[in-house]
Amino acid sequence: MYEEPILQVRNLHKQFGPGCVQCSSSSDRHLEKNYCPNCGTVYACQNLSFDLYPGEILGIVGESGSGKSTMMQCLYFDAEVTSGEAYIADGHETAYENVFELSSQQQRFIRNHKYGMVYQNPVHGLKMNFSSVGNIAEKLIAAGNRNVADMESTSKTLLESVHIPLFRMKEAPKNFSGGMQQRVQIAKALSNNPPILFLDEVTTGLDLSVQANVLDLIKKIQRELGISMIVVSHDLAVIRMLADRTIVMLNGRIIEEGLTDQILEDPQHAYTQQLVYSLL
Amino acid sequence: MRMLEIGDFGKRFTIHHLGQTMHAVEHIDFSLDKGEFIGIVGKSGSGKSTILKSIYRTYLPDEGKIIYNSERFGDIDLSTAAERQIIYLRKYEIGYVSQFLNVMPRTTSRQLVEQALLEMGESEEVAKAEAEKALIHFELDPKLWDTYPNTFSGGEKLRLNIAIATVKKPRLLLLDEPTASLDHQSKIKVREIIEKLKANGTTLVGVFHDIEFMEGLCDKVYDMKTRQLVMQAGVVSES
Ligand SMILES: Nc1ncnc2c1ncn2[C@@H]1O[C@H](COP(=O)(O)OP(=O)(O)OP(=O)(O)O)[C@@H](O)[C@H]1O
Ligand SMILES: Nc1ncnc2c1ncn2[C@@H]1O[C@H](COP(=O)(O)OP(=O)(O)O)[C@@H](O)[C@H]1O
Ligand SMILES: [Mg+2]
Ligand SMILES: [Mg+2]
Ligand SMILES: [Zn+2]
Repeated sequence: MYEEPILQVRNLHKQFGPGCVQCSSSSDRHLEKNYCPNCGTVYACQNLSFDLYPGEILGIVGESGSGKSTMMQCLYFDAEVTSGEAYIADGHETAYENVFELSSQQQRFIRNHKYGMVYQNPVHGLKMNFSSVGNIAEKLIAAGNRNVADMESTSKTLLESVHIPLFRMKEAPKNFSGGMQQRVQIAKALSNNPPILFLDEVTTGLDLSVQANVLDLIKKIQRELGISMIVVSHDLAVIRMLADRTIVMLNGRIIEEGLTDQILEDPQHAYTQQLVYSLL
Repeated sequence: MRMLEIGDFGKRFTIHHLGQTMHAVEHIDFSLDKGEFIGIVGKSGSGKSTILKSIYRTYLPDEGKIIYNSERFGDIDLSTAAERQIIYLRKYEIGYVSQFLNVMPRTTSRQLVEQALLEMGESEEVAKAEAEKALIHFELDPKLWDTYPNTFSGGEKLRLNIAIATVKKPRLLLLDEPTASLDHQSKIKVREIIEKLKANGTTLVGVFHDIEFMEGLCDKVYDMKTRQLVMQAGVVSES
């Protein structure tokens, strides 16, 4: 291969519940979708392995409940994995160590310096009663900034770049529309210059023109900052617009993976075919 | 110098919900040298687009080989190359033009051409200048430069498409029915565009249903029916 992945994920596994004799064997689980009818354990993510390359947008599609958000939460350390590995190759002291096994302090360092996250629900990513500038300053402080004047000007530049008008920057996001809240989240996620950005359903629930706006912004970030991104969406149109490569998930598993146009025009798996053809 | 060599290529489609597998094409062999222009002819459904899309890897090839001589990777089999290599080649070496324009919505013609260059890492000034040159070169009316292409005519869309694909100066350009549904005048323009590309040394694979139109321009013609290369006038030898 001619380039190194920036993030390698291996056998990421997340289950809710202890498992039982019927569902514990990874090669022979008796599940209804992702659920064991015998003991009630949910297998939200099963042995997910993939690579993210520098500057690329990797799309994740799959129906509701397929495990997309759970995977993102595990990667961002919002939830603890049941088992699995992830490696970040970004020339710092924890490179090539399984980040899921690092101390919580080291994980916090990665969150503050290597990762940005935009949540499906802005409530999870923003303090709705803080000002927008304050929201960004919070992340900057976590990343080690102390100079108030600097932080304020950085926040302003970022908010400007996501088209939040200057006169509204001191306002709290609770007053903003959904699209504006998502743009504040994106500004916040970018504030520590992360090499890796996670975006979970960022355009879901936005009307089409606002959606186009946010998509443009994401493309621009990729082009101009070269940030690697994982973009989760159940909307194939969004994936088609943004992603270079795409992973298809079903019942907590990766069932297909390929170039985005190939996934859409020559899907291999029965489920992907159903997903694609039902859209056409 | 050999640019592309297709050997015993075949492609099947399995449609799961119908429980069917069909061979779209099989046993395809042809090759072309740098700077050559090969035309593929055959009736509708004979698999012409399937071949082009498999070279570009929009379709996943499953039989035979597609050896491409890359500037970056040397000889590489496109049917098995890593996805990231394909993404690199699409960015820097191989272009694809269909009669459909498949682009970001609400983006102007000018921006679309500029983006292709920005993605390659060109500066904004270079992208702006080169984009304008390309739009002039392919004779897109300046009135259309700052408008959205969704309302363009077939011919205008096509010329924009060609501008987007060629502004990156691909070494290999795949053209899928660039003259379909165009009026005679627009077809002549497309012919002129292809002449210009050829003069610049671009290697071309084109699919045409009215190949007569490309008479004298193609170096070789591959006939889907006979699975043979037919030589065009003026070409002495094919290998
Ligand atoms: N805390 C939890 N306890 C039990 N089950 C959970 C928990 N969190 C998630 N799950 C289950 O894990 C599975 C995956 O959920 P997840 O939120 O990751 O889906 P998703 O792919 O993001 O879906 P959507 O497209 O609806 O956002 C679901 O079956 C869900 O019910
Ligand atoms: N994505 C696809 N999925 C299933 N069948 C396809 C697909 N693309 C092409 N085919 C089939 O392959 C055959 C060749 O089609 P195509 O390459 O488009 O022909 P041509 O371009 O020569 O008209 C046709 O029978 C067509 O229905
Ligand atoms: Mg979700
Ligand atoms: Mg065709
Ligand atoms: Zn069980």
